[in-house]
Amino acid sequence: MSLISSIFGRRRLFDDLNEEMRLHIEERTEQLMREGMSQQEAERKARIAFGNPTLMEERSRVVWQWPTLESIAADVRLSQRQLRKSPGFTVAAVVTLALAIGANAVVFGIMDGLILRPLNVPQSESLYGTQYGDNPAWRSYPNYLDLRDRNRSFEDLAAFNFALGVAIDAGKDAVITNGFATTGNYFDVLQVHPYIGRFFHASDEHGHNSAPFIVLTYEYWHSRFHDDRSIVGRSVLLNKHPYTIIGVAPPGFQGTLMFLAPDFFMPIVNQDQLSSGYPTGRRDTAEIFETFGHLKPGVTLVQAMADVDSVGAYLEKTYPKEIAHHSTILGREGLSSFADGTRAFVSGLMLLSGLILLAACANLGSLFSARAADRSKEVALRLALGSSRKRILRQLLTEAALISLAGGTAGLAGSMALLRKLSVWQPIAGAPIHLPVSPDAKLYWFALSLALLSGFLFGIVPVRQVMRANPYEIVKAGSGARMGRRVTLRDVLLAVQIAICAVLVTSSLVAVRGLVRSLHSNFGFEPGNTMLAGVNLGTAGYSGDKVPAMQRRMIDALKTIDGVTAVGLVNAYPPLVYGAGTKVNVFKEDASDLKSANAAIMPYRYDISPGYFDAAGASLLAGRSLSWQDDKTAPAVAVINRDFAEKIFGSVTNAVGRLYRLQDGTHVQVVGVVENGKYQVLTEDQQPAMFLPFLQTPMSSAYLIARINPKTGRDPQQIAAAMRSKIRELDKGLPADIQTWSALLETVLFPSRVATMALGVLGMMGAMLSITGIFGMAAYSVSKRMRELGIRTALGAQPKEILQAALGRPLKLLVIGSAGGLALGILASRVLAYIVYQATPRDPLVLAGVVLAMLLLGLVATWIPAQRALSVNPLILLRED
Amino acid sequence: MNSATRDLFPGALEMMILESLRRQPAHGYALVQYIQQRSNNLLQVEEGSLYPALQRLLKSRLVKAEWGVSSTNRRVRTYEITTAGLRHLEQQISSFERMFAGIALVLKPGETPAS
Repeated sequence: MSLISSIFGRRRLFDDLNEEMRLHIEERTEQLMREGMSQQEAERKARIAFGNPTLMEERSRVVWQWPTLESIAADVRLSQRQLRKSPGFTVAAVVTLALAIGANAVVFGIMDGLILRPLNVPQSESLYGTQYGDNPAWRSYPNYLDLRDRNRSFEDLAAFNFALGVAIDAGKDAVITNGFATTGNYFDVLQVHPYIGRFFHASDEHGHNSAPFIVLTYEYWHSRFHDDRSIVGRSVLLNKHPYTIIGVAPPGFQGTLMFLAPDFFMPIVNQDQLSSGYPTGRRDTAEIFETFGHLKPGVTLVQAMADVDSVGAYLEKTYPKEIAHHSTILGREGLSSFADGTRAFVSGLMLLSGLILLAACANLGSLFSARAADRSKEVALRLALGSSRKRILRQLLTEAALISLAGGTAGLAGSMALLRKLSVWQPIAGAPIHLPVSPDAKLYWFALSLALLSGFLFGIVPVRQVMRANPYEIVKAGSGARMGRRVTLRDVLLAVQIAICAVLVTSSLVAVRGLVRSLHSNFGFEPGNTMLAGVNLGTAGYSGDKVPAMQRRMIDALKTIDGVTAVGLVNAYPPLVYGAGTKVNVFKEDASDLKSANAAIMPYRYDISPGYFDAAGASLLAGRSLSWQDDKTAPAVAVINRDFAEKIFGSVTNAVGRLYRLQDGTHVQVVGVVENGKYQVLTEDQQPAMFLPFLQTPMSSAYLIARINPKTGRDPQQIAAAMRSKIRELDKGLPADIQTWSALLETVLFPSRVATMALGVLGMMGAMLSITGIFGMAAYSVSKRMRELGIRTALGAQPKEILQAALGRPLKLLVIGSAGGLALGILASRVLAYIVYQATPRDPLVLAGVVLAMLLLGLVATWIPAQRALSVNPLILLRED
Repeated sequence: MNSATRDLFPGALEMMILESLRRQPAHGYALVQYIQQRSNNLLQVEEGSLYPALQRLLKSRLVKAEWGVSSTNRRVRTYEITTAGLRHLEQQISSFERMFAGIALVLKPGETPAS
């Protein structure tokens, strides 16, 4: 019989068989009747002799089936019917699993995108580099050149830096963009090739401002120039300086940092033109972000680090004044200095999502085991009718697999949508942040196998129940017969699950509280009611003495705005903006050898205008503020913060009038002390800081700070518009970035915001899981004991007693689980304190919140079962059985 | 009917069916009657278990079946052994005989089986 006829002839085959067996029994009956039996007895005898016809038919069918495939299809069809018959169970199980798989798939996607996936360049596995912040010795251009030429471990070394806020004028109007300033060999070291046009090379560099070329990223070319190929060779203005677009990078190449996607690349030798101070040729500056290159074949990472260190030791010996070398750690290029933070964050997420998965499995385990218990009658009946235990188990597992697939698919779909959103997410306005988390095949496999694995894990829970089932006992006594009082596996699973969920709820509440508090903590300045205007005079072609003069004119102009009470200026960035901050070496007055290793402290350095403290809302503790007389011709003076004063001079009152030294030898006199504050991130320990007069070290890139008097009733938008028009009056072509200080604080709050958001979502998932868990348990326990509850009602039990009998156990488990979870959550929150500023679990509000939340969850979850228990009608129930 | 008389080794029923069909084509009921008579009722198989065995034989094309009318004027499905079935039966019988001789040797080591 061919395959095709075996499929189409199947029905006839079984019809023939049934007919044949019917005729057989008929013939036997007639035979027996001929032997003198009554018809009834003959029919009975014939059937006994024949055996179980259904079983025979089934065995015959098995002969024709493609052994496994078809019986699986049959199992699937049966399981589908079974699941459709109990929609409550199915929905609860699928939703639970979808949540767990979704959470884990998202976390996996993030981990894959940020940690597992290498940089999108050839041979990225041998690409190593110095890490930002790791070693100040590798952050000046001359030091980079020395490292490039003296090391013996790298094929070649490239370096890069950021060219942020550059105005690109392509003929119509200038657009502010962000790029990388790279060494000439950047693309050659990375071995990438242009999409169109050409890249710049080391041979294009002939010293200071010698290579006015830029390369666009594919994405920027696509979005700003609409794939116009004729762009290559066109001249554009960068901060008013002519540059030639020489090429476009290939699609998908976004520089050498995971998080940041630049718009263009320019040679680092030209960066000084755009924003003065790059590269200066000095060895104690910081114009390089990272240097990197391919390790030579056969060179190990340890050898390379030793090699780099020996160059560092040489430099420290040769230039002791400028360089303090610390041992270097080379890292994979890509995540760079964010690696540790990212890894910690992702592992934290993995831990939490793992907990979700565990809770979900516990939940599903108890759901499945309750279902198996509920169906023990059905299972017993099937066993009694000749079904094999193997077959029944296979069907239970098929159900589990169906639920796994449904839940896994739903979870995967949700996580893909979320990851897509994340990959185009721009969390901080104006910052070129890019999260490379696009879902791929690995993610599908991960989600699918996780779903099936957990499916089989919880599917196995009821196996023991089925294997031990004694059909005779159960059919006779009904499934309620073995309702014991002892602690069952289900109880343990539920308590564990509630505990896990309570941990999640506790952590998320702790994080939320911490975030709220950090918004109201003391920054050392008052961010409310202030507007910031970022103005880079370099973009409009100012240089030299014109810079401070123009800055003073802007300060005076902004002061005339109605509603503005004070205006100040700070070079580069104000505290807590974009995580920026410059630390410098400071020496005691009597220090003789000014090498970096001898520095007394490393305070943050801010160069400010007179009026800055008034505008920022920082209060002076002693002495005076800076004035317009503190210019280049006046002696060097500074205002220091309390921490600086206490560390160097012992106390605030001692500090005023005293002297200290900078690395270049300058003696600086302290004229005032200001209150402590936060400078780079909110979680930092108290740091020293000093404020020097901006007139003594002018810089073209600065922020103007304007304090608004809220009583005048003018809203920030009006003030911003007024500020913009004032600046335009002074110079039409000068772009200004005007925002409130609070809005810019978003950047420093970003990590805690993300952590809080993630925890909030996971906490909510935990809460949903405990609802389904408690609900399942309570509903099961009520339906199991309907008869008992009916008898109790009939005997006159009060509603309170009924509820106690029906729901006492789930509620007791809820209390035990919550208490355990709360304790664990408090322990876990210590870890949180590293990410979320002021996250403390010892907060009555948090504790009360957790207790209240769990109580509410319990109430919500037991509401429907309680209603059912109370509506028991003893008459109907007792008649049923 | 106790379980000792019901246990057959795998393939035994198929072998007996093929042997019966070699003598003459028959329908299911007749096959059961024949096997029970020939074994002096020592082998009392559940009558129904004949049908899965017949399906197995049909599938491996050792027998073929056709609906017809019996001598007693009943509608019956008559089975007939095929050439492949004959060949298969020969092989089965000879391997069974060898196995049986071996078992006999082990069980009664003193006697030499007649060859």
